[in-house]
Amino acid sequence: MPIDLAEATAAEIAQAVRSGETTALAVTEAALARIARLDPLLGAFTDVTAERARAQARAIDAARAAGKPRGALAGVPFAVKNLFDVKGLATRAGSKINRERAPAERDSPLIERLEAAGAVLLGALNMGEYAYDFTGENVHDGASRNPHDTSRMTGGSSGGSAGAVAGRLVPLALGSDTNGSIRVPSSLCGLFGLKPTYGRLSRARSFPFVASFDHLGPFCRSARDLALSYDAMQGPDPDDAACVNRPAEPTLGALERGADGLRIAVAGGYFATGLTAEAQTAMSRVAQALGARRTVELPEAQRARAAAYVITAAEGAGLHLDRLRQRAKDFDPAVRDRLIAGAMVPATVVNRAQKFRRWYRERVLALFDEVDAILAPATSCTAPLIGQQTFRLDGVEMPVRPNLGIYTQPISFIGLPVVAVPIPLAPLPIGIQVIAAPWREDVALRIAYALEGAGVAAAPRPSL
Amino acid sequence: MAPTDPLDDFIVAAAEALALPIEPAWQPAVRAHLEVTLRFARLVEEFDLPDDAEPAPVFRA
Repeated sequence: MPIDLAEATAAEIAQAVRSGETTALAVTEAALARIARLDPLLGAFTDVTAERARAQARAIDAARAAGKPRGALAGVPFAVKNLFDVKGLATRAGSKINRERAPAERDSPLIERLEAAGAVLLGALNMGEYAYDFTGENVHDGASRNPHDTSRMTGGSSGGSAGAVAGRLVPLALGSDTNGSIRVPSSLCGLFGLKPTYGRLSRARSFPFVASFDHLGPFCRSARDLALSYDAMQGPDPDDAACVNRPAEPTLGALERGADGLRIAVAGGYFATGLTAEAQTAMSRVAQALGARRTVELPEAQRARAAAYVITAAEGAGLHLDRLRQRAKDFDPAVRDRLIAGAMVPATVVNRAQKFRRWYRERVLALFDEVDAILAPATSCTAPLIGQQTFRLDGVEMPVRPNLGIYTQPISFIGLPVVAVPIPLAPLPIGIQVIAAPWREDVALRIAYALEGAGVAAAPRPSL
Repeated sequence: MAPTDPLDDFIVAAAEALALPIEPAWQPAVRAHLEVTLRFARLVEEFDLPDDAEPAPVFRA
């Protein structure tokens, strides 16, 4: 049976291109046709780099014809959140203001590494303005729409990244995660998403938000694809001051070991409060499938979330202070008003929050002496409606925009690696977080792979 | 003269001190965000830490 290019994973496409079953150009043309047909419904892409993609695909096919080695991602179409530098495009970062910038002169190193492995860049993706967002809505470019129900939000801020992968436009997209912007849209769109350890993947030539919390990572429809793309992007980069000088630690080969021998616990307390029935169902299914009977408490998780919130407000405001002074009316009002408030947060509190952060980090790391991974919800609920301003959280009506990430913030706050794993509930999916110790992405990916193999986790196909 | 609210007064004064232009229509939303952030800030401040607690990011020369 010929390969279904819309549904195929990155691994399957690369295999088909390497074997000659199809060509990189055929894969690229099929993806461009899907984008032309479906993106008007989804609002995922802000730029389509069709000619660049065709040239890259032809080069891959020529290399194959010449008998040269093909990369692990040969012919795999991908796209990136529009805060990544793409040569020739202005890096808009979801804003009106930044699109006036000069086009980027060089690609982000993560794009360079994926292309070196044979992947084909198809364009840049919609996002919440300056990444200060959990909804995927954008006042300038329109909302990213959830492929499972286009009246609902994708989650954000990497909304276009999730919409493009869940909508089968591309099998791989990159996003960023400062407080949950990979994990929240992965949950609402039913995808596998990886937020690696802080400092693992280079953030050079991407537009920042909160320097000490910013991470980049992939969205895919399988755990294997996460490992494949993550392995291709690892490695030191002197252009990012936070990127560690640590050799790559490939994860793909470890997947088959699954969850065997791993000590897995469920996060209690804060993470067991405020869940909808859907989130509870997802957590129970996963815990049962993994035989995770132990509960651990991340101490002071609520305070950790509060500290992350305060640091984000202040650091974000610091980043944008000049733009707030000179171009306030050109911001999305929902972002502008939060940033202005952030500029008024006393520095004394930010300093206390950073001291608390060290305390919290030490206590949470101590948990990993006794367990290898911790399970927690990714979001409290399935996708809210686009434009929905409030939702009920633990019986209280709360604003959606800042509160979709209550379970993700206390984790990125201390840079732990997390795989968001999709649980295909009907009518809408929801995700859980598999959290591991620093530099143990392999552990989280093995568990995601095991859940996928057991039929508990899957990226459901939308009926578009 | 109508009584004023300390947080609104603070926002107006801080905006002026920081040279941040705030239109009157934006102020209720700015205030709502600042209230939430300061509530979270109190939660952080209430946590007892020793005087020698180090912040998470440590500068190395």
